[in-house]
Amino acid sequence: MATFSSLTDRLSDTFKNLRGKGKLTPADIDGTVREIRRALLDADVALEVVKDFTGKVRERALGDEVSKALNPAQQVVQIVNDELIAILGGEARRIRFAKTAPTVIMLAGLQGAGKTTLAGKLAKWLAKDGHTPMLVAADLQRPNAVTQLQVVGEQAGAHVFAPEPGNGVGNPVRVAKDAIKYAQDKQYDVVIVDTAGRLGVDAELMKQAADIRRAVDPDEVLFVIDAMIGQDAVATAKAFQQGVDFTAVVLSKLDGDARGGAALSVASVTGRPIIFASTGESLDDFEPFYPDRMASRILDLGDILTLIEQAQQHFDEEETRKVAEKFATATFTLEDFLSQMQQLKNMGSIKNMLGMLPGAKGMREQLDNFDESEITRTEAIIQSMTLQERRTPKVLNGSRRVRIARGSGSTVSEVNALVNRFEQAAKMMKTVAKGQMPQMPGMGPIPGAGFGGGRGKQVTKKKGSKSGNPAKRASENAALAAGLKPGEPAAPTGSGFGLGKGKGAAAAPTGDDLETLQKFLGR
Amino acid sequence: MADRSTPWSLGGALRGMFTKPTIDDDTWEDLEDALIRADFGPTITEEVVAHLREQVRRFSTTDPVDLKRMLRETLEERLARLNPTLTLSARPAVVLVVGVNGVGKTTTIGKFSKFLVGHGRTVIVGAADTFRAAAVDQLATWAERGGASIQRPQQQGQDPASVAYQTVERAQREGIDIVLIDTAGRLQTKSGLMDELTKIKRVVEKQTDIAEVLLVLDATTGQNGLAQAEAFIQHAGVTGLVITKLDGSAKGGFVIAVQERTGIPIKLVGQGEGIGDLTGFTPHVFVQNLVG
Repeated sequence: MATFSSLTDRLSDTFKNLRGKGKLTPADIDGTVREIRRALLDADVALEVVKDFTGKVRERALGDEVSKALNPAQQVVQIVNDELIAILGGEARRIRFAKTAPTVIMLAGLQGAGKTTLAGKLAKWLAKDGHTPMLVAADLQRPNAVTQLQVVGEQAGAHVFAPEPGNGVGNPVRVAKDAIKYAQDKQYDVVIVDTAGRLGVDAELMKQAADIRRAVDPDEVLFVIDAMIGQDAVATAKAFQQGVDFTAVVLSKLDGDARGGAALSVASVTGRPIIFASTGESLDDFEPFYPDRMASRILDLGDILTLIEQAQQHFDEEETRKVAEKFATATFTLEDFLSQMQQLKNMGSIKNMLGMLPGAKGMREQLDNFDESEITRTEAIIQSMTLQERRTPKVLNGSRRVRIARGSGSTVSEVNALVNRFEQAAKMMKTVAKGQMPQMPGMGPIPGAGFGGGRGKQVTKKKGSKSGNPAKRASENAALAAGLKPGEPAAPTGSGFGLGKGKGAAAAPTGDDLETLQKFLGR
Repeated sequence: MADRSTPWSLGGALRGMFTKPTIDDDTWEDLEDALIRADFGPTITEEVVAHLREQVRRFSTTDPVDLKRMLRETLEERLARLNPTLTLSARPAVVLVVGVNGVGKTTTIGKFSKFLVGHGRTVIVGAADTFRAAAVDQLATWAERGGASIQRPQQQGQDPASVAYQTVERAQREGIDIVLIDTAGRLQTKSGLMDELTKIKRVVEKQTDIAEVLLVLDATTGQNGLAQAEAFIQHAGVTGLVITKLDGSAKGGFVIAVQERTGIPIKLVGQGEGIGDLTGFTPHVFVQNLVG
C-alpha cells in the first residue's frame, strides 16, 4: 500500500521547510510551488496537469486566506489537499448497474495494464456482493489470453464465456455480442468483457474496441491503466477516451512504489473518475478508489478508513468483544492468542495494513522485510500445545517444551521466546485494555493530526494511530486489531493510546516498532 | 496527441520550435516541456537544457536548426556511452529475462528466439513463470512461432528455479546453443519475489555462467523505471535493458536516466506485437526517431 509514497515523501519534505515559518512571503510560496512542481513531475504527473495545478495552488496561496491564517504552512497544505481531491474526483463513485440485467462492463487499456487479472478481481468482488458475474474472453489477440481468463475465472468462481480459442482466431466483436445473449439466457446479471490490450495510436485496433463497445452497449467502460505509466498517460487516456469513451478508470499495480501521478493526470485530463484500485496479484487485492483518502495518503495522513473497513469485514465482532473482556480480566490465553492471530491473517497481508497507517512511509523498507511466515510459525508452536498448556502456560516445563518444539518443527528457545513474549503481551494488554477503553469514544478525528510522517520522531504505536479513528463504532475493533499486534513496547503504548493529549499527532511507527512486532509474532 | 506518422518521436512536439527563425525564451521553455513530456524526468531535462544553453552560448548561434542538431548529438552521446552488444558466445548461453508485471517479457522472448533462430542458432525457452495463469501456454505459443523448443514445468506451481535448472540441463544434454528463461513478472517492491529471482540465478549459476540478464522495461513507464532497474540490478544482476512498446505514443525518455544512473546498456528494442518486431539497440537510430 505504499501508493503515492514517493510523492508523499517529496511533499512532506517541502512542507517541512514551510512548517517552521510563522509567515509566508511571496518568495517562500514561489519556492514551495517550484518544489511541488518538481515533486509532481518526478511522480509522473503529466506536464499540463502540473502547470495547471501549481498555478491554482500559487494563486490561492498568495491570496488573503493564507497570509492572514494563523499557520500559513498548514494552510498551504490544506490548499494542496483540496486541489488534489478536486482533481481526483472529489467523491467516490460506484459501479452503475443496469436497470435490467445483465449489467455489461467492458475493460479496455494498453497491453500489460492488467485487464485480465482485473476481470477476475472484479468478478470475485461482485460475486461477494451477491451478483452472478460472467467473464467474456474477447481478447483473441495475445497468445493464450483466453486460457488465462479461464484460469482466473475459475479462481474467482465465475463462469467464462469463451467460444473462440484466441491466438488470433475469431472475431472479438461477435464474441462480445453473443456473450450478451448467452448471459440473458443463463441469467448472469453482470457481464465483464475482457478485451485485448491495444495502443492508443493503433487506429485499427481502436476501431475494433469501438465496435465492441457498440455491439455490447456497456453500462460501464473501465479504462485500466498501470500506475507506473509516465507522461504518456495523457496521450493514451485521450486516445482511449476518443476511441471507446470510457466511463471510469481503474488504477492497477498500485502496490508497487510507483508514484502514481497517472491517477492525477488521467482524472484531470479526461474528467472521468477513478473508481477502483488494484493492489496486488491475488484476486482479493482490489478495492474501491476513494479520492479523498488518496489525497490524504499523498499528504501522508494515512489511509485509516480503508484499514478500518478491512478490519470490520474480517473481524468477528462477537469474538472481539469476548477477547476484549479477557484482556481486561487477564484471562487471555494462548488459545485466544491463536484465534486472534488467525483472524488477523484473514484480514490479508499485514504488510498492506501497516502501509495504510499514517507516517508509514518511513518504514516501507522494513515493511518489505517483514516476514509474514513468522505468524505461521508461531501458529505452529501454539498448535503443538495441548489445550491445557494453551490455557495455563504455567504448566510448560522443560520436557513439555521439548515436545512442543519437536511437534512444531522449531527449537526450544523459540518456544521459550514465544511464551515469554506472550506473558509480556498479556500483561501489557491488560494495562492497555483497562486504561484505554473508556477513553476511546473521546478520540479526536485523525485529520487534524498533522503530518506525522515528516517528523516521525514521536514513537506512537501502530495501535495508537489505528485507534485514533473517528468512526466510533469501528474503534473497538480497530483497537483490538491493533492491540494484538504491537508486542512488548507496553510502556509507551499507554501514551500512544491517549492520542488526544499528544496534541493529536499521528506519529510514525518506527522501524524499531516493526522489529518488535516482528519479534512478537515470531522469533 | 499521438502523432501517427512518427508514432514515437518528439518530432511533433519539437516541430513548431525548430521552424522558428531564432532561438528565444519560448524555445527553451518548449524544449523543456517537450523533454518532460517524453519522460526524461526533471533532472535529466534540466541537465540537457543547461548543457544546450551552454553550447548555444559558446557557439553563439541563434539558429534553431543548430539547436536541434546539438540536441540530437547530446542525446546520442549520452546514449552511446555504453556498449549495446549482447554477449552470447558461451554454449549454452543462458539468458534470464526479468521485469515487472505486464512489460512484455514473454513476448520479448518469443521475438528474441525468432531472431536467434533466424541467425541459425538453436534455442530453448524455459517457462519459469509458473505463477501467472496460462503464462506457460502463452510462452509455448510464442516458442512455436519462434521455432524454439520449450521446457515446461512438470507440475502446477513448480519452483521456478527448478524449471530453470531443467531447461539448462536439457540444453547441455541436447547441445542447444541458447537458453532463454522466462520469469514471472514481479514488482520490485516485493522482496520475497525478488529473492526468488536471486535464487533462480544462483541455481543456474551452479550449472553454468549466465550470459545475460535482461531487464524488460515498458516504454510507457515513467520515472518509476529507474526504481525498477535499481531493484532488479541489486537482486538479479541485470546486464542489459530491453525497451518494449516503443510503437506506442510513449517516448521512453526515462531510459537515458536509467542507463546513466545504473551503467547498464540498452540492448534490445521491441516495437510491436509481430514476431519480427525486435531489433538491436542503436543510439543513432533511437535518437533519430526520438528527435526526428
